[in-house]
Parts: sequence; structure tokens; C-alpha cells
Amino acid sequence: MNELIRCENVSFSYENTGVLKNLSFSVCDGDYLCIVGENGSGKSTLTKGLLGLKQPAAGKIIKNDSLKSGGIGYLPQQTPAQKDFPASVFEVVLSGRLGGKHGFCPFYTKRDKQDAHDNIKKLGLEELMKRSYRDLSGGQQQRVLLARALCAGKKILLLDEPVTGLDPIVTEEMYSLIEQLNREEKITVIMVSHDISSAVKYASHILHLNYDNSFFGTANDYLNSPDGQKFFVGK
Amino acid sequence: MEIFEIFEHTFMLRALIGGVLISLCASLLGVSLVLKRYSMIGDGLSHTGFGALAIGAAAGFPPLEFAIPIVIAAAFLLLRISENGKIKGDAAIALISTGALALGITVTSLSGINIDLESYMFGSILALSDNDIVLCVLVFIVVTVMFVLFYNRIFAVTFDENFSKAIGMKTGIYNIIIALLTALTTVIGMKLMGTLLISSLMIFPAVISMRIFSRFKSVVITSAVISVIGFFTGLCISFYFSTPAGASIVLVNIFMLTVFSIAGYVKNKISSKKNIV
Repeated sequence: MNELIRCENVSFSYENTGVLKNLSFSVCDGDYLCIVGENGSGKSTLTKGLLGLKQPAAGKIIKNDSLKSGGIGYLPQQTPAQKDFPASVFEVVLSGRLGGKHGFCPFYTKRDKQDAHDNIKKLGLEELMKRSYRDLSGGQQQRVLLARALCAGKKILLLDEPVTGLDPIVTEEMYSLIEQLNREEKITVIMVSHDISSAVKYASHILHLNYDNSFFGTANDYLNSPDGQKFFVGK
Repeated sequence: MEIFEIFEHTFMLRALIGGVLISLCASLLGVSLVLKRYSMIGDGLSHTGFGALAIGAAAGFPPLEFAIPIVIAAAFLLLRISENGKIKGDAAIALISTGALALGITVTSLSGINIDLESYMFGSILALSDNDIVLCVLVFIVVTVMFVLFYNRIFAVTFDENFSKAIGMKTGIYNIIIALLTALTTVIGMKLMGTLLISSLMIFPAVISMRIFSRFKSVVITSAVISVIGFFTGLCISFYFSTPAGASIVLVNIFMLTVFSIAGYVKNKISSKKNIV
């Protein structure tokens, strides 16, 4: 299988304290990787590292050449200021096309607009296209941001706690939408999550962060590991 | 013709041209500032501008040319502080603006130079010189060209800075551009609107248009229109009723805000009824 990202003995520190040490894992084409761990275990730091916004203190993060052109489609956590932002769904999705390859061209091309349309269609947002982002429900907003992420990167989606603040039904819808993108569109998914039981249910691989003793393996192996056992004892 | 008397005075023409240009700049920048929760930055910068003008006047420098670089520096400083977060952005703005105000007043009273404090504070339609109009035109050209060229990127950075960073945009540069343009607009607009009121030109139009409009492009365009209407109406009121110009413009804006808020409320009611049916 085609390896997209490989981390080799990576260490990260934050304000001079080590957060992660000797972390090694790889993500292959078509994988569905869930990154779990307690608060402060370094999930956001690793996310920044994968996006190239933070350099590891030691070790290497190697990205496949195919990621350099399309980039990673990132779904960040929502900020409070965004919730009442006056912007149409189309405007938001289209902004995903601004990544790298644009050069200095200040305006969107036809292709950009077509791509935004395609991704809006893919996520079933056509009817909302002209609506304002601030008038949408939490789940719809998350879908819009997912469409924007698809505009930015076709190969890998990096989702940072995509179901935070959603009610149980919408959460399930979101999970199955992501699963569908992974299965049918063959998009590699990396998801940062708090929700370990859903992570095990949907993901192919689990990365459980724990300072210098992180677990990385398939979801099945995780269930039998000491880390996994801790969460599922008595269930 | 008494109604057109307003256009017969050179100082009024100057105030009109300069004011419309400054209003347009301020409203364009204001949309981004309001949405990024940086509304108070214009306020902080104008107070800094007051301090700088006072010091410049006392030291015998040409005040505007002296104030512009200082206010630009203050804008960078404010952004830096807001990002680093040791002192929170709003506290930093309060510190800098009161500090600059205090310094300005002290220097003014010590130097013994007789400056018209009220017109500094609240603006004066008599204040603009031909030179200032040239500056206004220059600032207007810079702001509009920058805004049009970077429109899509300004939208992206305003909407979601983290995402923009992740797709490889240099978000810092766009923040700097916005800070720089805000600083320029503030200093030039201060003479007309006054230290205490200039930030209203940035904040009111954006907030007013957001009551009704819900797409970024329409918010930007209507803010520009609203700012010009507000400025023109306020200036006319000031001329015919001898009220202070800056204050009249703010009052017109408050009136528009009320009207738009009611209209926005009604609009929401109607559309939510539609959704139920």
C-alpha cells in the first residue's frame, strides 16, 4: 500500500516541555486513523505537526509527494466568532481553493468554482448553497466545513474533533458521512477524537497518544492492548 | 439656492470629498475588524494618534507625517499582543489608548502650545487642508486596491485563520495589511471625526449591514453604501443645524442601526415562519 505520511521517532515540545516523545506511525492510502488520548496528551500539537505548522523537536515527518500539490484537507474546530459569520455556504466552500497552487492570482478561476460546486453536491448541500452559514444548524455548518476541506485536499482529510457540540443523531450522520467518504471516495481520513468507542467502531487504525508510550496499530489490536482494555473493561 | 449652499463653501467641499473617501476605507476595513472581534483597535489607534499629534505639534514636526508611522507601529504592537496572549487584546488596547491619551494631554499642557483640544477630540469640518485631501485620495486608492486584490484572502483569514494557515497561506501578512490600512485610515480620519469618534466610521456600517445581509460580499458592499449615506447625511445636519460633524454622523448611524435592527428582526420572523410551513 502507498504510504502517505510517515512519522519516525518524532518528538514535540510545547513551551520547552516535552509533549510527545519517540512517536512512530504511518498512514497509508485509504486508511482511517483515529488519534485519541486525554486532554493535554498532544493531539493538537501533533495535528499542527502533520499540517506543517509546527516542526518536531526531533525525528522526521515524511510526506508522500502526492500530498504536495493537493495538500491536506483540514477541518479545524469551530471558533465562537464563526458561528454568526455572514457568509454564504458557497463563499465558505470556495475559500478552500485558496491553498498554495494559486500563486498570486487574486481571483477564483472557473475550475475553482466548479470544484466548489462538485464538493457541495457530494455532501448534499446543494439546497443550502445560497443560504448563510450563520443560519445553519451545527451539523450543517460542519458539513460545509467538510466540503471546504475537500476543496483544499482530495487525498487526506484531517478532522479535528468533528462531532464536538453535535447532538447524538447528527453525530451518527457525521460519522457515516465520513465513513462514506473513506469507503466510496477512497479518501484517507485522520480524525482527532475524544470519542473512543466510535473511534474503534469506524477507524481502521488507532493512535493512542501517551507521552513516550503511545499505542499505534489496527483498531482490533487496540481492543486487546492495555490502553484499549482500560477503556472497555466491563463493557 | 439655499439647499445647495453646502456646496458653495470650499471647506465643505473638502470635508465632503475627504469624508466620503475616508468613510469608504473605514467601512471596508470595518467588516473584517468587526468579524475578527478587533472592533476596539480603531479606537486604540486613534488615541495613539492623538498622543502622537500632540507630541508632534509640541516638538514642531508636521503632525500628520509624524503621527502616521507611530500609529502604524502601535497597530503592529496591538496585533502582536493580541496574538501572544500574555495580556489579552482588549486589555492591551485599553492600556495603550489611555496611556497615549494621558501622554498627549500632558505634553499639550506642558508645552504651552495653544491647540484646540475640542476639535482634536471631536473633529472639525474646518480641519481639512488641501494637503489632507491629497492624502485622503492616496489612502483611498491604496485601501481599495489592496482590498480588491486581497478580497478572497481577507475573507478566508477573517473567517478561519487556522484553516487558512493549514492550507499554506501566510496569515500574518494579511493581518499586517489590515492593521496597516486601519492605522492609515484612522490617522487621516481623525481630523474630521475626532479622536473619540473615528472608530465609529469603521464599526457602525459593518454592524448595521450585518443586521440584514448575510453574505460576505453583500455585507461589504452595503457597508460601503451605508457609510457614505451616514457621512453625507451627518455632514448636512451638521452644516444646517450647526451641530458637531463627528457627533452628527454617529447619531445618523445610530438611527440607521435602529431601523436595520427592526428590519432584520422582521426578516428573521418571516423566514422562520416560511421554514415551518
